[in-house]
Amino acid sequence: MLKTADGVTEAGHVCFDNVQKSYDGETLVVKNLNLDIARGEFLTMLGPSGSGKTTCLMMLAGFESATFGEIRLDGQRIDNVAPHKRGIGMVFQNYALFPHMTVAENLAFPLRVRKMGQADVEKRVQRALDMVELSEFGSRMPAQLSGGQQQRVAVARALVFEPQLVLMDEPLGALDKNLREQMQYEIKHIHEQLGVTVVYVTHDQTEALTMSNRIAVFNDGKVQQLASPPDLYERPENAFVAAFIGENNKLMGKVEAIDGDTCKVVLDNGDKVTALKVNVDAVGDRTTLSLRPERVVIAPEGSADLDNVFEAEVRELIYLGDHIRTRVKVCGNDEFIVKVPNSSHSPDLARGAKVRIGWITQDCRALDA
Amino acid sequence: MAQADAGTEDLTRDASGQMVTADGVPLKQSLKRAERRRKLVAFGLVTPLLLFLLVVFIFPIGQMMWRSVDNPQVVNALPLTLEALEDWDGQGLPDEEVYAALASDFRTDMERARRDQFSGPLGVRLNYELSGARGAVARTVRNVPDFEAPYKEAFLDSHRLWGDVALWKVIEREGRPLTTAYYVAAMDREFDADGNIVMRDENRQIYINLYMRTLALSVAITVLTILLGFPIAYYMSILPMRYSNLLMIFVLLPFWTSLLVRTTAWIVLLQQQGVINESLVALGIIGDDGRFSLMYNMWGTIIAMTHILLPFMVLPLYSVMRTIPPSYVRAAKSLGATPFTAFRKVYLPQTLPGIGAGAVLVFIISIGYYITPALVGGQSGRMISNEIARHMQQSLNWGLAAALGTILLIGVLVLYWVYNRLVGAQNLKLG
Repeated sequence: MLKTADGVTEAGHVCFDNVQKSYDGETLVVKNLNLDIARGEFLTMLGPSGSGKTTCLMMLAGFESATFGEIRLDGQRIDNVAPHKRGIGMVFQNYALFPHMTVAENLAFPLRVRKMGQADVEKRVQRALDMVELSEFGSRMPAQLSGGQQQRVAVARALVFEPQLVLMDEPLGALDKNLREQMQYEIKHIHEQLGVTVVYVTHDQTEALTMSNRIAVFNDGKVQQLASPPDLYERPENAFVAAFIGENNKLMGKVEAIDGDTCKVVLDNGDKVTALKVNVDAVGDRTTLSLRPERVVIAPEGSADLDNVFEAEVRELIYLGDHIRTRVKVCGNDEFIVKVPNSSHSPDLARGAKVRIGWITQDCRALDA
Repeated sequence: MAQADAGTEDLTRDASGQMVTADGVPLKQSLKRAERRRKLVAFGLVTPLLLFLLVVFIFPIGQMMWRSVDNPQVVNALPLTLEALEDWDGQGLPDEEVYAALASDFRTDMERARRDQFSGPLGVRLNYELSGARGAVARTVRNVPDFEAPYKEAFLDSHRLWGDVALWKVIEREGRPLTTAYYVAAMDREFDADGNIVMRDENRQIYINLYMRTLALSVAITVLTILLGFPIAYYMSILPMRYSNLLMIFVLLPFWTSLLVRTTAWIVLLQQQGVINESLVALGIIGDDGRFSLMYNMWGTIIAMTHILLPFMVLPLYSVMRTIPPSYVRAAKSLGATPFTAFRKVYLPQTLPGIGAGAVLVFIISIGYYITPALVGGQSGRMISNEIARHMQQSLNWGLAAALGTILLIGVLVLYWVYNRLVGAQNLKLG
């Protein structure tokens, strides 16, 4: 079930082994989680709220206990170790900078509780401040900093005691869009510089795609897919992942015939489509076909190199500069989106026009229903 | 380009360089006009309360402070005598001239309608300084119509105190419209024969001890409410809202119960034959002769007042703790702090505004508390407010009551000032 992304060879820095978690004794919020995180990896837990991703992070940090299973750090069980003895850095959603301490005191806190000498503390605090480019801000109170600056201090504080593992719980959730993008790069660069293992929780797929080595997509207490960002986007393994990551066209139907890697699917309106067999087992199964909008082409009359070509009717056109988002009705689905590039040889479309659209078999993935 | 610049300059600045609006009115004046309406509204909103406070709070407190120095009795009753006394050297009894003036003053007073007479208040006033003086004045005033010269003998015959230099010294000292005598008495001091302020006899010193006891009891009660209130406020702050509301009702229950009902309950519980003592004896923990006296002494005051004032500590603490997200303590732990260090270095400092507000409330309320010590305090649980009330209601020495009250007020203000210097009033969070 677990794949290791390219370039990450050393496995098992952090290991979830059959971990289950229940709050009320009736339902499991985390169902049988198995996850290996490699040293130095940037792994993102991505999922909608209530999917169990934050619970997993809290179990790793020690603020929630696992109901069943083991969590190991470097081969040592940590699920019975108190949070303050785990030596795991953590960045919180609301930063959690201590409001009654200056920035420097906040950064010194993890060093002082470790009884580090004064000179060492000062040196490390200054180095941490330099790292996040806040050298002059040591004597400020957190409330005197902007949101982005507070975020940088929170990151620096989680790293200043040189933990092997840093957890981040939606750290950029409170920032505005521009700042969030900038911080994404900064955190990514810090990760690359220091080589620490980062486990990052977010519900923002762009953030996950930008920053991660691998992404674990959570839904309903389970990891739906664990893969590198390109894999996740281009080769989703089930309907949830296909729908959750990026934009996606769905066509529902039934498998009519299986032929090696491909299969023939009869859609609900009777049209027949050839698709890549990904997550269907047998003839007669219900299936969801997943198709990215940018992989659909508006086919000129008579072009025949596409495996699937259908008659469509243009319902709506939205001009978005670099492309024209075109909603068409095809195969009985009138929420079908096609991204038409804004280039000189793209056809001129008008609402109500009849066009032929098509796609190749490799781009159309037959997933679970 | 330059022209355009000059054009905008003309619009926004007048000749002297002041900012002006489009129609040429100086910007400041225009702003003031716009703000005036808002100020009027604000003033209108606070005026009723301001007037109310003026009438029922500030004016009475001013009256009280005035009463602590106001001294009209001798001046009103004995104008001629005081004039005659100006030549007295303070050694030995005054001359015949002074006694004649005194007789004249008393006769003038007898001619006034009975309820306008000054001799009654005079007797009371002199009696504060010298016991027996009231009797001397009362008897002599009755006899004065029959006095004939030489008056000195007549007065000495009427009452022996008129032959006491001490009384004349009191009349001379208090023959001024303002006095410090009430404050001198309130500080357990008195005037000696030479008019110097000295400490009273040990067995007549009351008030300083009482102030100290009031202070000590208030501090003890404040500390107890912090110790008892902090855990429950913390627990309520981490509970879901509906449970914490239920607990809050229990915390507020003392507020909703009549003080007399509670007092009865304490008597049932705390007295020598009460529930607590009987239970301890029955369990064999204490002997029958070793019963604790928990009532009608200091312990009664401390127990009862801690109970009453607990909500004043819990409410501000709770409201502060509710706003402290659990992620702070979590962050501290993830950074390596033990639970105790996380509490002491991260959680506790953030609750200080609540502790401060609760402590100031409880302390200031308890330092002036009256009814509970009066009901369950007995002798050793009395506080300064009980003494003030006694002077208001029984001894009717309002001047002394006012002096004691003013000292209490100033003491509280000084403590508040010290607190403000140490903690900062802006750090209080009352709700």
